[in-house]
Amino acid sequence: MSAVLAPLLGWSFAAAMASVPFLFPDPYLLAVLTSAGIFIIGAISLNLLLGYTGQLSLGHAAFFGLGAYASALATLGFDIAIGFGLRLRLDPQPVWVGFLSAVVVAGLFGWLLGRLAFRVRGAYFVIITICFAQVLRMVSLNWVELTQGPMALTGIPPFALWLPGQGVVELTSKPQTYWLVLGVAVLAFLIVRQIVRSRIGRALVALRENETLARSVGIRVTHYLVIATVVSAGIAGAAGSLFAHYVRIIDPDVFLFIYTVTMVIMVVTGGKGTLWGPVVGGLIFGLLPDMLRGAARPEAQWIAYGLAMILLVMFLPRGIVPAFTGLLAGRRARVVLPAAAAREAAE
Amino acid sequence: MTVPLLQVEHVMVQIGGLVAVSDLSFMVNEGEVVSLIGPNGAGKTTAFNAITGYMRPRRGAVRFAGRDIIGLSPERIAALGLVRSFQRTSIFGACTVFDNALTALHLRGRSGLLGAFLALPGTRREEALLRGEAMAMLDFVGLAARAGLRADSLAYGEQRRLGIALAAAATPRLLLLDEPAAGLNPSETAECMALIRQLRDRGTTVLLVEHDMAMVMRISDRVVVLNQGRIIADGPPETIRQDPEVIRAYLGGAPLGGHHAAA
Ligand SMILES: Nc1ncnc2c1ncn2[C@@H]1O[C@H](COP(=O)(O)OP(=O)(O)OP(=O)(O)O)[C@@H](O)[C@H]1O
Ligand SMILES: [Mg+2]
Repeated sequence: MSAVLAPLLGWSFAAAMASVPFLFPDPYLLAVLTSAGIFIIGAISLNLLLGYTGQLSLGHAAFFGLGAYASALATLGFDIAIGFGLRLRLDPQPVWVGFLSAVVVAGLFGWLLGRLAFRVRGAYFVIITICFAQVLRMVSLNWVELTQGPMALTGIPPFALWLPGQGVVELTSKPQTYWLVLGVAVLAFLIVRQIVRSRIGRALVALRENETLARSVGIRVTHYLVIATVVSAGIAGAAGSLFAHYVRIIDPDVFLFIYTVTMVIMVVTGGKGTLWGPVVGGLIFGLLPDMLRGAARPEAQWIAYGLAMILLVMFLPRGIVPAFTGLLAGRRARVVLPAAAAREAAE
Repeated sequence: MTVPLLQVEHVMVQIGGLVAVSDLSFMVNEGEVVSLIGPNGAGKTTAFNAITGYMRPRRGAVRFAGRDIIGLSPERIAALGLVRSFQRTSIFGACTVFDNALTALHLRGRSGLLGAFLALPGTRREEALLRGEAMAMLDFVGLAARAGLRADSLAYGEQRRLGIALAAAATPRLLLLDEPAAGLNPSETAECMALIRQLRDRGTTVLLVEHDMAMVMRISDRVVVLNQGRIIADGPPETIRQDPEVIRAYLGGAPLGGHHAAA
């Protein structure tokens, strides 16, 4: 795709998605798209790590869950004992403060995990990230004073935005939440795009492709891997915050492995290391379960889901987006090749 | 009195239980082309690894421009202006040739996260500048016409040249080349030699490991001979060619130069 055409297509796609509430004002469809959108944001953030640095984080739901809890707790307020007879108290904050604390808290934990885990690479990193999510789940289950444990945090306020002329408005209608999620998704996409196309993105890809060589040209391994983890965690935290204020009830299950797996599937089937991969994979695997829900019994749904995944991985091992762009590039290369060959011969 | 650019003093490197380099001392002055030669397994690549931070010597000192660099990471050492190439062809295979060159200019850039997010003017200017430099570098090594291809689709000789370009891209003060001509045919070897000369003329000091004796003898200001982990000779090519110990150790009697040693 040419440099002019690609952004044009991207923005048209975003515009088309934005017009869905007008064209199909079906609350069920919007609900499905909204929750798919939240996971797509998660997948976009995971792709920065998995796709561009090549590090598989199987604890990505940890950042999502941290964001959800941070946002919920900031907006609900809390008053807990922190030992030595001291108490830590926070009054309920506006939702935008909750959103920002979600990004910051998740980013901070991303930094910690990056610092610790990138001393080890590969399988050890995978194991550490799994443990990280498990530990957080245990904490959220057992620190009842803060998290209500399995009883869940309830009564989380809905999203609120300041709108010109109307002041602060709670976003309770389906189209409003949908647009908010779409807006954050576009922002997440643009942030990842900007990084990937910069000097930092090149450093990440270099580390993925050939770490020894990358170091020889002066690329600091830990530094760049930590940057990628922090940004990735921060975006996942934002997705968690959206989730918390959308479903308005949070329990320790947000740390479940299945959420991570869902995001990994979205990234891998869509095409890891491509900007559009997580969007395409996320749309398919975000919508598929709900489309199947009407059509088949639950067992058949899961079988179909699994089958779709296996077929995709078997026939398009690099993912849908690379296969598609490869097809386009292949066709163009065949047209260009004779000209290039002629020029070569003339040299 | 000027300090030598690189000083290696009594360096000993162990790999596992094996002493790969037992007592290595030599130096490289600014502006020189110095060759480090020796039979297979003599410890040349190990010496490179020790100098560039990939292996930590058990004993000895390595000083770059007077500064002790033992214990520094490869990326820090590269940032000081000491960059090496690899014996086994090493490129970013899945990236385009152009992106390879651009990535190798990493140290020439400054811009960070904020610049990338906001596409700040400074970042954009730097990016444009680096792109220009990357193209100039590819032109310099004769790969400009290949810029858009995936690096792993290049012919072997071109990949070798790209490997040198990557090491030389950020204009290091000292360039360590590990067998740049390995596997090249005579005309490619001649090109490679011309390339090293051009690099030297640009002000880069070169430390070369090479098995092609004809090339070593023609290009070097000084030759250091390594055998079984220690230095057995150090001097200008004419002296080395006549050195009886070198002839004995290296070629089992035949005088050096004029033909290719076994690679
Ligand atoms: N990773 C390693 N593990 C074990 N032994 C090694 C390793 N690397 C090198 N060696 C040993 O260290 C010694 C020096 O090897 P080195 O690669 O430095 O030699 P060299 O002079 O570069 O040889 P060549 O001309 O074949 O490239 C050899 O005996 C080699 O077998
Ligand atoms: Mg070697």
